[in-house]
Amino acid sequence: MAGTNAPLGTPTKVTQGSQTKGGIGESTLRPDGTLKVTGEFAYSSDMWHEDMLWGQILRAPVAHAEIVSIDTSEALAQAGVYAVMTYDDLPTDVRHYGLEFPDTPVLAHGRVRHHGEPVAIVAADHPETARRAAAKIKVEYRELPVITDELTATAPNAPLIHEDRTDHYAGHVEHPNILHRQPIIRGDVEEARHRADFIVTGEYTFGMQDQAFLGPESGLAVPAEDGGVDLYIATQWLHADLRQIAPVLGLPEEKVRMTLSGVGGAFGGREDLSMQIHACLLALRTGKPVKIVYNRFESFFGHVHRHPAKLFYEHGATKDGKLTHLKARIVLDGGAYASTSAAVVGNAASLGAGPYVIDNVDIEALALYTNNPPCGAMRGFGAVQACFAYEAQMDKLADKVGMDRVEFRRLNAMEQGTIMPTGQPVDSPAPVAELLRRVKAMPLPPERQWESSEGADVRQLPGGLSNTTHGEGVVRGVGYAVGIKNVGFSEGFDDYSTARVRMEVVGGEPVVTVHTAMAEVGQGGVTVHAQIARTELGVTQVTIQPADTQVGSAGSTSASRQTYVTGGAVKNACELVRERVLEIGRRKFGTYHPAWATAELLLEGGKVVTDAGEVLADLADVLEDEAVEVEEEWRHRPTEPFDRHTGQGFGHVQYSFAAHRAVVEVDTELGLVKVIELACAQDVGKALNPLSVVGQIQGGTTQGLGMAVMEEILVDPKTAKVRNPSFTDYLIPTILDTPTMPVDVLELADAHAPYGLRGAGEAPTLSSTPAVLAAIRKATGLELNRTPVRPEHLTGT
Amino acid sequence: MRVNFTVNGRPQEADDVWEGESLLYVLRERLGLPGAKNACEQGECGSCTVRLDGVPVCSCLVAAGQVEGREVVTVEGLAEYARQRDAGCRSGSCGTSLDEAQRWAAHGTDSQTGEGTQLSPVQQAFIDAGAVQCGFCTPGLLVAADEMLERNPTPTDEDIREALSGNLCRCTGYETIMNAVRLAAARQSEAV
Repeated sequence: MAGTNAPLGTPTKVTQGSQTKGGIGESTLRPDGTLKVTGEFAYSSDMWHEDMLWGQILRAPVAHAEIVSIDTSEALAQAGVYAVMTYDDLPTDVRHYGLEFPDTPVLAHGRVRHHGEPVAIVAADHPETARRAAAKIKVEYRELPVITDELTATAPNAPLIHEDRTDHYAGHVEHPNILHRQPIIRGDVEEARHRADFIVTGEYTFGMQDQAFLGPESGLAVPAEDGGVDLYIATQWLHADLRQIAPVLGLPEEKVRMTLSGVGGAFGGREDLSMQIHACLLALRTGKPVKIVYNRFESFFGHVHRHPAKLFYEHGATKDGKLTHLKARIVLDGGAYASTSAAVVGNAASLGAGPYVIDNVDIEALALYTNNPPCGAMRGFGAVQACFAYEAQMDKLADKVGMDRVEFRRLNAMEQGTIMPTGQPVDSPAPVAELLRRVKAMPLPPERQWESSEGADVRQLPGGLSNTTHGEGVVRGVGYAVGIKNVGFSEGFDDYSTARVRMEVVGGEPVVTVHTAMAEVGQGGVTVHAQIARTELGVTQVTIQPADTQVGSAGSTSASRQTYVTGGAVKNACELVRERVLEIGRRKFGTYHPAWATAELLLEGGKVVTDAGEVLADLADVLEDEAVEVEEEWRHRPTEPFDRHTGQGFGHVQYSFAAHRAVVEVDTELGLVKVIELACAQDVGKALNPLSVVGQIQGGTTQGLGMAVMEEILVDPKTAKVRNPSFTDYLIPTILDTPTMPVDVLELADAHAPYGLRGAGEAPTLSSTPAVLAAIRKATGLELNRTPVRPEHLTGT
Repeated sequence: MRVNFTVNGRPQEADDVWEGESLLYVLRERLGLPGAKNACEQGECGSCTVRLDGVPVCSCLVAAGQVEGREVVTVEGLAEYARQRDAGCRSGSCGTSLDEAQRWAAHGTDSQTGEGTQLSPVQQAFIDAGAVQCGFCTPGLLVAADEMLERNPTPTDEDIREALSGNLCRCTGYETIMNAVRLAAARQSEAV
């Protein structure tokens, strides 16, 4: 539909030429690699259109307030301003949106519930004009008391964040400021507690982490002649966006045509809408293309964060080291709007016991509505917070029992056949003990690496070039952790993907085109889709079409699911194409050779061959001018919801496991930490692209490191305002903060999954943080019940 | 205001530039060179790194007016810059030989995939080592890494980390970036 009206930077199809022969299992290189290293790859913020305007959002400067009045007249009067819109200008009665249920206003209506909530939008001919005009909108606020934690949320006279809730969780929570609560109850904790020789308890605090993807929220909306809009956007799930956008615009879905532009990372932060509706509204209002690009400050307000959490854990063990029971309470702060909080609760609860055999479990997880920033999806999704707590508990309990910390974990490790606290059997390999063994067996980095003949190389010491120590006061610690993450959408969600695969002969060569709506956010899905097509259809040339809404939904690029689910859909569509091609071949040539009827036939090297390797025909002769095209949905096996009272149910598709060993050196006088090495062992079932798999593991590990020692969005508990929305004040690991990360990849096939693969992207983010914390505890002897750890926590100052 | 400067060896003129615009904005929005990226626009992330008279700078922190009469190299010009450096020239001062021009014309590139594009050693190494995921940090890292290898053809790991410490990457955990720079350095030294 873009046609001649296509803006600059419109995605084009990516063809990987015949020099690449790789099928699955090979580390084929990214098809978009050359474009990305030459600066030619068009990200959503690179889009440009003649006559385009720039959109700007005015956001609330306070966390909780009644809007008394809004005056846009002065803003509208500015030269270069084309439109100013508030809630009252929205075109239809649908004025809220949300991933699970629509509780989020497109623009604030009478009240703002968190710092940075969108209140008005402006379109102007220069971004600075738009910014200045937005600043001229006069909004009068009457501030309301803020709810910032469980105590204030459930106090007797607490103001309700959302009055008159009608969502499907509202009926079974104890208080309207509790969004959702999920218990998991199995066995008899009271009885088991009596059998425990040792009991350890802990109260843990997990800070608010930001995805901090580098490409800011951005996109371009181009109004179309048919009254619709073409939206070029960076997102994790085109069709979920579409479902939320179209009703607000008052357009049928087919008139909102979405194309995935280059995505500068995601990590969960692009699951929810950001500027999509705002750009479309302004484009339709002005009749001109509108581009919106957040700056970093706005990006911190423009997407949900990882839920901060309070976790209360009690574990027991017998004197021979067997776990007796677990009692846990996990309180997640969901902030002002629901986002995916309910699903995060489900994960935190169902994975809250970790990868261990525990027969007696009483867990409850809940998410609060507060006036803090909304929280939702981030890599690890509820399993991360729990892992931080249960792994701290495992160390404490091992010490109490008097066992080696790794051996204690191995003794209690789950394996294939273990029954989860939800009653679900783990029905594929769960090599928890083996991962721990492997990560422990890796050689340790040598001590005092900083010493050289020329004295201390301060770059290898805590504090680095700040030159704060030459080794004095520096203590080493080693820590271990392991975690469990679900793969795919859970709790009965219809988690499907769609693939369209076409085979035809071009210039005498068979060529395959793969079209899906999968959001490539950097993970390398496009690489893997081409590999699957080569493996299944025996061609070298595979073209990956840009992801858009002209093909069925691929589901979200999250939950470690895309290689499994959209990869599965591509594999399935390829198999159907292969069947059709073979039918054509049988029709044309079947009478010439009996093998057409009797043998197992494959497509290899552009030919139809028998499983014994005999060539029956060239694909060029089979297909001639005919093209074979299949579009088909594909589903993994179904799951079921957790019972509301007991949490029992076949809730998850697949589990994924990683273990880490962290080696840290701590300057105990200044409280500075240097992570020296962060080793990981992970089972991925089957590494379709080993280079990409290792990249995922190292990237996830590093985000866990950030959570351990650097990253936290600080929200003022008195005002619920964000204090550090910038890369100056919110620190993510640099190349100096990030150590060597040796990776050991296991491939134990899961018989339920395509090629036996296991989703890989999230598990490494879980165990990285607690491993680093364990290492710092070992070095300092401190209890450290919160993450991230800051210098003052280590020095007591 | 009007700003005249050289980008990737070509003279450029930007008109109607507002005084508050950064070099990054002018490159991206006025000159059609979006390779330098806009991840933080406050000099913390390095994704907008370009070379200004040879020195790596965050182009978001350079006011457009400051580049009047100066030379800028962006990621879009990196391959050519590296090629001319290898040929013993600096900043395009010795031009393109007829032989080279013919080779370039005969080679051609694929506008859809960039296949056939001439890459600098560090660009090729980033692809080969798997150092590119989402790719948003890549242009800035390439400019910074290329400049370091120009100064220091045989860097230690600590040298690489120090040189690239101003460039944030959120996808890779930097291990493959380290591998890429080591690879580029090794290939460079083999070629000498």
